[in-house]
Amino acid sequence: MIGEVGHFALALAFAFSALLAVIPLIGVARSHGGQMAIARPLTYGMFFFTLISFIALVWGFLVNDFSIAYVANNSNTALPAIYRFTAVWGSHEGSFLLWMLVQASWAAALAVFSKRLPLVFAARVLAVMGMIGVGFYLFMLLTSNPFERTIPLIPVDGRDLNPLLQDPGMIIHPPLLYMGYVGMSVAFAFAIAALLGGRLDSAWARWSRPWTIAAWVFLTLGIMVGSWWAYYELGWGGWWFWDPVENASFLPWLAGTALMHSLAVTEKRGTFKSWTVLLAISAFSLSLLGTFLVRSGVLVSVHAFASDPTRGMFLLGFLGVVIAGSLLLYAIRAAKVQSHSRYDLFSREVLLLGNNLLLVTATMVVLVGTLLPLVHQQLGLGNISIGEPFFNEVFMWLTIPFAILLGFGPLTRWKRQKIAELRSSLLLAIALAVGLGFALPWIFADVVSGLAVLGLILAFWIVFTTAAELRLRVASREHKWPALVKLGRSHWGMVLGHLGFAVMIIGIAVVQNYEVERTVRMSAGDTATVGNYQFHFRSMEDRQGPNFTSESATFVISREDGREVDTVVSEKRFYTVARQIQTQTALQVNPFRDLYIALGEELDDGSWAVRIHIKPFVRWIWAGAILMSIGGIFSISDKRYRLRRKNEKRARKQAAAEAL
Amino acid sequence: MSVRTRTLILLTPLVLFLVLAVFLFKGLFSDPTKLDSALIGREVPSFELPDLYQPDVNHDESIVGGRPMLINVWATWCPTCYAEHTFLNQLLAEEDVYIIGLNYKDDSRGAAVRWLQDLGDPYQINLFDFTGLLALDLGVYGAPETFVVDADGIIRYRHVGDLNERVWRTEVGPVYYRAMQESGLDIPEHRLELVQ
Amino acid sequence: MNPRRKKRLIMTSSILVGAAFATGLVLYALSQNIDLFYTPTEIVEGKGDAEIKPEVGQRLRVGGLVVPGSVRREGSGLTVSFNLIDVGPAEITVEYEGILPDLFREGQGIVAQGILTDANRIAASEVLAKHDEEYMPPALAEALKGIQHVPPSQQNNSSDYNQGYNQGYNNNEAAEESSGGGYDR
Repeated sequence: MIGEVGHFALALAFAFSALLAVIPLIGVARSHGGQMAIARPLTYGMFFFTLISFIALVWGFLVNDFSIAYVANNSNTALPAIYRFTAVWGSHEGSFLLWMLVQASWAAALAVFSKRLPLVFAARVLAVMGMIGVGFYLFMLLTSNPFERTIPLIPVDGRDLNPLLQDPGMIIHPPLLYMGYVGMSVAFAFAIAALLGGRLDSAWARWSRPWTIAAWVFLTLGIMVGSWWAYYELGWGGWWFWDPVENASFLPWLAGTALMHSLAVTEKRGTFKSWTVLLAISAFSLSLLGTFLVRSGVLVSVHAFASDPTRGMFLLGFLGVVIAGSLLLYAIRAAKVQSHSRYDLFSREVLLLGNNLLLVTATMVVLVGTLLPLVHQQLGLGNISIGEPFFNEVFMWLTIPFAILLGFGPLTRWKRQKIAELRSSLLLAIALAVGLGFALPWIFADVVSGLAVLGLILAFWIVFTTAAELRLRVASREHKWPALVKLGRSHWGMVLGHLGFAVMIIGIAVVQNYEVERTVRMSAGDTATVGNYQFHFRSMEDRQGPNFTSESATFVISREDGREVDTVVSEKRFYTVARQIQTQTALQVNPFRDLYIALGEELDDGSWAVRIHIKPFVRWIWAGAILMSIGGIFSISDKRYRLRRKNEKRARKQAAAEAL
Repeated sequence: MSVRTRTLILLTPLVLFLVLAVFLFKGLFSDPTKLDSALIGREVPSFELPDLYQPDVNHDESIVGGRPMLINVWATWCPTCYAEHTFLNQLLAEEDVYIIGLNYKDDSRGAAVRWLQDLGDPYQINLFDFTGLLALDLGVYGAPETFVVDADGIIRYRHVGDLNERVWRTEVGPVYYRAMQESGLDIPEHRLELVQ
Repeated sequence: MNPRRKKRLIMTSSILVGAAFATGLVLYALSQNIDLFYTPTEIVEGKGDAEIKPEVGQRLRVGGLVVPGSVRREGSGLTVSFNLIDVGPAEITVEYEGILPDLFREGQGIVAQGILTDANRIAASEVLAKHDEEYMPPALAEALKGIQHVPPSQQNNSSDYNQGYNQGYNNNEAAEESSGGGYDR
């Protein structure tokens, strides 16, 4: 019964999305206010029925309804309740339903908060959301229905969730990531609506900006949680693997970051118009491309894994229609747009252009690195793989100019800036950055690593130029501190975002260059010394979990001088139903270093292979990402967006009057 | 710049995407088993394996050949094999397809036998490959996999993944029935289209 | 030249120079980091129609099945060596120091990345069980469909049929319909 309700609700949601894709646009063409206004109720309907469908699937999991194939394949009665809930997005069909729920939520949020937009524009935006919905709902209903039945052979028990996904990180990672992915569809909808209307003025950029930033915040957090999860759950000690699946989420992030900055230029200066639209289209297109790569198995097939051609075909067809269609529309409409604004070579516009070009280059690099194996194979040149070093090397070289420009950017005025005015601030920042960059490793580390110094200099350069910028903003004020507070949240958003990036660079530079990793053979009772720590393998016990058995090794960590730090447990779990082995790492954490112990395999004589890492500053990478996200949240909550509502209400009335 | 030139310039992203799409499309249909083409056209490697039901009876490569047949690799730990099993039963019942079952690294002999008792036995001969030796020689990655062998014992085709109506109609069936035709054996009427 | 033209010239040329640099960098990094994929047979007999064999010292990836009985640990250290095979009879030896992935076992397909040290010997820097490779980091939830199952290791094959029945094959009727070509490893 639950399955049928869910399935039916999904079909209804599809019907609503189909109406939403068509009626408002007819309304626009005929200047029919009622038909345009119906976009909102249709959006709410689409959201409501998607929610019902999602709840039905959740319910199926919670009550262990194994007559639903998806539940039977991804759950088990022994699975703890919280993971029965997260198992909803544990595999393809359910995760796509979550994706749809997120998409419908964004559309509904747009419908609620777009009341201040001109009706014609809002109708177009929602219609574009409806069109995207049509494709996705069809995809679900035709190729990936999560409510498929197991009848007549209803299993007694389910096959259990993949053990790797039985983890708190996986509870929030997919929803956050999807919020980000799908959120890019909002920026896309705005861009397409603007193209359809033929008016690429700064208004659409202003409307689209908070939505884009919101999506970007979610994407940032989603990627961060994913990285954190991979770090402790996979037991390899790495925090980023340049895996195709990771790259699929990184691509829209890079494009989204470029878009965020470009939108600022378009809003404030009315220039880069067609470039911004292209970025908005790209960001969402890359989200779609990522989905395609991950779900069609096309990349995986390079390594001889099977895939489902129908699913891939559908997604590729959809991808083709959406991307090719929007790029065609773009070529036709954007060609008529002219930018007239003038700016000097040394101006914020040019610096932001540089930032954008570097981000786009980075996007291309990731795209090439991800797709080259596929292209290579298709050209008949054989199977290849592109290793992590490729990405690491290229990204290191791209980060240098990027960080340098980032330091200049905020200090520089729009239109034109005299270098002389900034000379003293810049020189001070350079001096401090270089000084600290060399001094800190020299004081705290045994060896001074060149790359770590470079990373620190870049990070401190960003920090000090950001500080200089803040000082500049309040230089003319009498009361400095109140003036700082009054700067506006959007400004603080930028400051936090940039500082977050600096913090992340510090984390990456230190952990990449000062990490210690050792694999040792240990029996209970042995002690291994790694770095400045001693790891004593105290005991080995068998343990019984709800749906797994485990061998747990207890380690006592102490400093060289014998002072005890902590006692931690690392496990090797065997999930009895899924029949998979999984390593649980032991972590001992403080802000400046992680101690990381992963249990390897048992050796012949009862000893164990144990991998121990000391990872200094690794937390800073994720802290940086969180700081960037907080920056984004600050920007969205800026007073401008709230104040503007009044003005826009007026504008809306005006536009409505024009339209009628 | 005229609007026309600008349009042409702005079409660049579209062109780039279309080129990419062509590769994605081809990638979608790339044959993941291509790597193993080395085996196709060769004889089935020699082996000596016990019968699944009778541990003291051994079979060797002489059971292969003489007529076109399928060698199907399966195991009870393999969920897709379960899905495939119904189709194999149907192949036997409706088309009298000759299939040798190669039980690949199963949990135990008992489990495999009871599976066949419960679900039906579509195989003419059942091989029990506990250590995966023959499977290894055949280059099996996992289960299920199916090989088409002609009357001379030459491997004609290898299919990775489960057999189902679609795969049988489009990939495996035509190879099998062509071999049948060459050996002058009868082809069920409703499958004649596969060899035309 | 008027200032506006001059500005354009500077911007265009610096973008071109930057693009050239970026392309050069990418090509250089690619040339250093592309690893060709070989099967054991291809390493021994050569790859493609031209039968090109990899050179000693070359970085490469090799994928094959671990030959049962070939896994050896040397001495008290963590060095392990094993043989890989595909269609046979060619075998190559992989040496690796460190922890093998959770899913590594004899008869299982693995991918090793490393350097060819001899005509048929590889010093691996990384060993991936194929299953793992599929499952690498985030959002891997999405890649799950149809490949979740691993053959149980031969050591604990006492598991009885009923267990296999419940977890293994009873509930996959519909899964097959929805996934089309499922394939287990």
